[in-house]
Amino acid sequence: MKVLVCISHVPDTTSKINFTNNNTEFDKNGVQFVINPYDEFGLTRAVWLKEKQGASVTVLNVGTAETEPTLRKALAIGADEAIRVDAEPTDAFFVAQQIAAVAKEGEYDLIIAGRESIDYNGGQVGGMVAALLKWPFINACVGMEIEGDKASFTREIDGGKEKLSAPLPFVIGGQKGLVEESDLRIPNMRGIMQARKKPLAVKEAVDAEAKTKVGDFAKPEPKGAVTMVDADNMEELVKLLHEKAKVI
Amino acid sequence: MATTETPTKNFLKGGEFIIKESSADSVFIPEDFSEEQNMMAQATTDFIDKEVAPQRERFEQKDYGFTEELMKKAGELGLLGISVPEEYDGLGMGFNTSMLVCDRISGISGSLSTAYGAHTGIGTLPILLYGNEEQRKKYLPKLATGEWMGAYCLTEPGAGSDANSGKTKAELIDDGKNYKINGQKIWISNAGFADVFTVFARIEDDKYLTGFIVEKGTEGMSFGEEENKLGIRASSTRQVFFNDCVIPAENLLGERNGGFKIAMNSLNYGRIKLAVACLDAARRVTTHSVSYANERKQFGTSISSFGAIQQKLAEMTTKTWVAESATYRAGQDIENNIERLLAEGVSPSEAKLKGVEEYAIECALLKVLGSEVGSYVSDEGVQIFGGMGYSADAPMEAAYRDVRIARIYEGTNEINRMHSVAMLLKKALKGELDLMQPAMQVADELMEIPSFDTADYSVLFTEEKEMISKFKKALLMVAGKAVQKYGMDIEDEQELLMNASDMMIEIYATESAVLRAEKLAQTKGEEAAAHQINMAKLYLNNAAENIARSGREAIYSFAEGDEQRMMLMGLKRFSKISNPINLKEVRRSIAAKVIEENKYCF
Repeated sequence: MKVLVCISHVPDTTSKINFTNNNTEFDKNGVQFVINPYDEFGLTRAVWLKEKQGASVTVLNVGTAETEPTLRKALAIGADEAIRVDAEPTDAFFVAQQIAAVAKEGEYDLIIAGRESIDYNGGQVGGMVAALLKWPFINACVGMEIEGDKASFTREIDGGKEKLSAPLPFVIGGQKGLVEESDLRIPNMRGIMQARKKPLAVKEAVDAEAKTKVGDFAKPEPKGAVTMVDADNMEELVKLLHEKAKVI
Repeated sequence: MATTETPTKNFLKGGEFIIKESSADSVFIPEDFSEEQNMMAQATTDFIDKEVAPQRERFEQKDYGFTEELMKKAGELGLLGISVPEEYDGLGMGFNTSMLVCDRISGISGSLSTAYGAHTGIGTLPILLYGNEEQRKKYLPKLATGEWMGAYCLTEPGAGSDANSGKTKAELIDDGKNYKINGQKIWISNAGFADVFTVFARIEDDKYLTGFIVEKGTEGMSFGEEENKLGIRASSTRQVFFNDCVIPAENLLGERNGGFKIAMNSLNYGRIKLAVACLDAARRVTTHSVSYANERKQFGTSISSFGAIQQKLAEMTTKTWVAESATYRAGQDIENNIERLLAEGVSPSEAKLKGVEEYAIECALLKVLGSEVGSYVSDEGVQIFGGMGYSADAPMEAAYRDVRIARIYEGTNEINRMHSVAMLLKKALKGELDLMQPAMQVADELMEIPSFDTADYSVLFTEEKEMISKFKKALLMVAGKAVQKYGMDIEDEQELLMNASDMMIEIYATESAVLRAEKLAQTKGEEAAAHQINMAKLYLNNAAENIARSGREAIYSFAEGDEQRMMLMGLKRFSKISNPINLKEVRRSIAAKVIEENKYCF
């Protein structure tokens, strides 16, 4: 069983988000990057497949050389090999075409992507890859079991869960539930040292067009100061809502 | 084994920083760590944040089992075998990598820090460095993976700082097949869960102690109750009693009479490791303090908007950053020295011993610096938290109690201060370090009219570098005259030794900070390194005051009349900053950065 896990290289959740170049570019200065948390659940599930069902795990990123530390971390956690498609990930469709090209060439049995990446939260890549490959796609996947050439899934739907099955090969958009937070692995020191020796192939991007273009970004207005009003002083509250906040 | 490409152009010997200048490209700075080293550090921090932090109150409830459980998990992650060679199931990483992991594992609680330090340091190192092949094969793989825990029995009720006065006896019996050990050891870290004990005892009336390996469960070995301690409450600390405890003769470690050497050399390791073990606690306390100051509202605003609080945050941040700069600089010097000795064909254990021993002075100075910065930071952390700082419900209280031990163990700070100067003087006497020539030059300089040339102060750190070289002159002047006066009897002038040591600490710390900021400015540009430049300048200003005060105290204690007047003038010349900076603004700017980031961010 050959598993391809898509790894996005995203800012750490505690990062301060700023933009440069007239708010058209994300400011990477001082930002620490991590494996996209949704992808990390999928990566851990893939490592289980390796340990329990003898799968081989390849991690894939579409990005420039600066994403390699993130791929090496995935190797340290337990992936067998890594591929980086050397290109700026301009939009979801561009990235999806790159992933589909790698998947075709490598004859993978399944692709695990995250439900979305926590940087731009597009949530489109997994579905697009499945469409390009004409494979089934299970999004918001919280459970996956594989037996032979069939797989059963649990996915989260509004207000409940849905169980479904599909033949291999397929694509999932994974999230928490695939494994639990406590299952996520801290790479051990030996894993980190071995990561250095595992293959990390750099591939040229295939010709592909981006369908969208970023205009600019805007941050929400900062929260204003809070004024505390005594619970017994209704008059004051009404006055402030009327005169200062101007909401009534 | 090598982990980073390390610049080693101007290799300085141990203690040589006092008489020679270093350049920015010759020092290691934490920003030089490789991706792999950073990944190891991050994995260690993740382990602490995910597995330890949510349950940290268990340490305060004296849950020794928790500490043991965490040590086992640390073993599974490979954190216990960083510097153990691969042939003994360790990772065989270099010295500064072992420092980095020790740093990151130690910040959450003194209990875990002590257990880790005792196990990987004094619990494992004596066997690694002095054990024969059979002993290494038998014990190291288990210690490196955490299957077994290690402890070290040196201190006795009547033998603390004066370790060689221990009364524990070892007697060769059964026609030389076994040793019988009798005695009492006290303050033994990890005693409650350790499997392997390195025990020091005297054979017959030997001049020095001898080391032995004793396994848990050996008949005649018993333990006292857990000690009630001010801090590090879940670090197991017990007495260990040996009552006709018989061990095989092959468990003798190293050579007969060689135990004191083992103890002392392990201490060099222990001291610099303790320095690094204080860093992450200081970072975490600073982060807690910043975030509390941002949240806590008084007089209608966050207390972080007040200058009085900002001043504290800036000093906490700066001292932490400076201690880090100094500690990793020395750590890499040690690693490079070990590599150099290995390249010369010295055996691995000998290279590790000599590699560290060369920098014994720095190790002692850093132990004092790290533990005192840790104490300062936790004290101010409590102050920023105000009433909540005094409450056991907030993290400051435990941090404050835990860090207190750092000034006591691995040699008290007083012992380390005196030891650092004594070692320096011995190096000079042995001709390993020429202090005489530079001290005479300084004496001559005092008689001359000071130069009125002004340097180009627009170049970054021109004045600061001038000041560092003057600080060195101040030390050489004071120490030189003192040695002239007292000869080797200077060892009885403990107050004077402590003054000299304080000057040495400030010199090493300031120089490390300035060189780090300069190296950062060279690689990232002055604007991107602005905060680091400010921290180096702030620290230098504080150091100038401290050096002047220590120097004055020393001069008052032994010089009189014209000589005193001349020395005081010299001291003023060597510690006076010609272009003062606005310290208030510098502190505010450093504070603004950590307040904005809501954490220690350097």
